[in-house]
Amino acid sequence: MKSLIDILDFTVEEIDELLSVANDIIANPVKYSEICHGKKLATLFFEPSTRTRLSFEAAMYELGGNVLGFSSANSSSSSKGESVADTAKMVSCYADIIAMRHPKEGAPLVAAMNASIPVINAGDGGHNHPTQTLTDLLTINREKGRFENLNIGFCGDLKFGRTVHSLINAMSRYKGNTIYLVSPTELKLPDYVKKDVLDKKNIKYVETQSLDEVMPELDILYMTRVQRERFFNEEEYLRLKDRYILVPEKLDSAKEDLIIMHPLPRVNEISVAVDEDSRACYFRQALYGKYIRMALILKLLKEAGTI
Amino acid sequence: MNIDSIKDGFVIDHITAGRAMRIYELLELSKLDVPVAIITNAGSKKMGKKDIIKIDGDVPLNLEVIGYADPKVTVNIIKDGKLTEKLTIPMPEILTNVIFCKNPRCITSVEQEINHIFKLTDKEENVYRCIYCESKADL
Repeated sequence: MKSLIDILDFTVEEIDELLSVANDIIANPVKYSEICHGKKLATLFFEPSTRTRLSFEAAMYELGGNVLGFSSANSSSSSKGESVADTAKMVSCYADIIAMRHPKEGAPLVAAMNASIPVINAGDGGHNHPTQTLTDLLTINREKGRFENLNIGFCGDLKFGRTVHSLINAMSRYKGNTIYLVSPTELKLPDYVKKDVLDKKNIKYVETQSLDEVMPELDILYMTRVQRERFFNEEEYLRLKDRYILVPEKLDSAKEDLIIMHPLPRVNEISVAVDEDSRACYFRQALYGKYIRMALILKLLKEAGTI
Repeated sequence: MNIDSIKDGFVIDHITAGRAMRIYELLELSKLDVPVAIITNAGSKKMGKKDIIKIDGDVPLNLEVIGYADPKVTVNIIKDGKLTEKLTIPMPEILTNVIFCKNPRCITSVEQEINHIFKLTDKEENVYRCIYCESKADL
C-alpha cells in the first residue's frame, strides 16, 4: 500500500507527475470535481493545525469526496489511551485514505504500518511534513518555472524547521542550486542535514547570520517562524523569536523576480507591509497547497485501486 | 592469566578494545548459566589491543547484534574442543528491539507496544537510525 510518510518515498518522476496533475487541476478544475465521489478522507489531527487540515478538507471536497475526522487529540480515542496502531486499523474500516498529524515523530509511519488504506503524513512533530514540501515544490514550479540553478535562502529557525529540512532534501536532487542558510547560531541547520544531504550530494551552501548580506543573490527567500512548541525552554524561545523580521526596506537590494515563501502561519517574521509586494507569494503558496493535495489524494487512491 | 580451554562454546575474538562489555550486554550474557570470561586489553599483532569473550557452553546466541556492535569481530565456534567454524558477522540491515530509541519526541517514547526498529543508513560509518524519528543510535 503506497503511503506518503517522507518526501523521499517519492521519486523525482513521481513528484513531476504530481506537479503535472496539480497544474492540470488548476487549468481544468471541473474535470476533477466528481472524481472522488463517494470516497472518504479521514483527517486524524492529534495536534491542532488550521491550515493543513483545511487544505486537506478543501482538496477532498473539490474532488467531490467527503471528509471525517477530528482536529485535536482530546476529541479522539487517544485521550482514552488508544494506540496509533489501533486508531489506524479502526479508521481503515470507515475511510478510504488517512491524513494524519501527530506531535510525536514517526506516528504516521506507525499508522501506515497498521492501516489497510493509504496514509499521508500531515506533519509529525518536528520531523517530516512532506505535503508542505510538495506545496513548496509546486510553488517554485509555478513561480520560477524550474528547479535547477536557483539561489535559495532559508531564514530563521533552521534547526527545528522541518519544512526547511524537507525542502533542502527535495531540492538537493536537482542540479546547480546554491543554498544560503541564514540563522542565529542556536538555530543553525543540524550537522546531520549538512553532512547527509548537502555534503553527500555536493550542494553548494553558505552559512551566515546576516540576511542583508545574501539578499541580492537570492531567487527564492524562504522565511520560517521560530516555533514556540519546539522549545523545551521558554526563555530561549523569547530570546530568539524576533531575530529576523522581514520589512519592505530589507527588500530594496533584492532581485526583481525574487519570490518570498513562508509555510505559514507567520507571527511577526514578515511584516504585513510586505504582503503588498508582488514578490510575496506565501498566500498563493497556501492555495497551491490545496491543488497539490488534490493531486496526491488522487495518486494514492488510484494506486490503492480505490478509484 | 589462565582461562581454561573450551570444550563446546564460543570465542568472540578481535573485539575492539573497550567494547567487550557492550557486546556482553547486547548478547545478554548475564542471563546465561554457563561460565563466561571477558578479557580486555589483550595483546594483538593486528590490532595492538583487543578484547575477547569466551563462552563455555553451546548456548543459543543472537550473533547478529555483534555485527552491529563491532563488525570486525570474529566468532570462533568450538565443538568437542575443536574449532569448527570461524565467522565474521556482517552488519545487519535492520535491528529489532536490540537497541532502543532515546528521543523523547519519538512515538516509541509514548507507545510501549511498538517495536524499536533501527535501520543501517551508512555502512561506512556504521550508522543506524530509528525508522520512526531517524535519530542516530549511540553505540
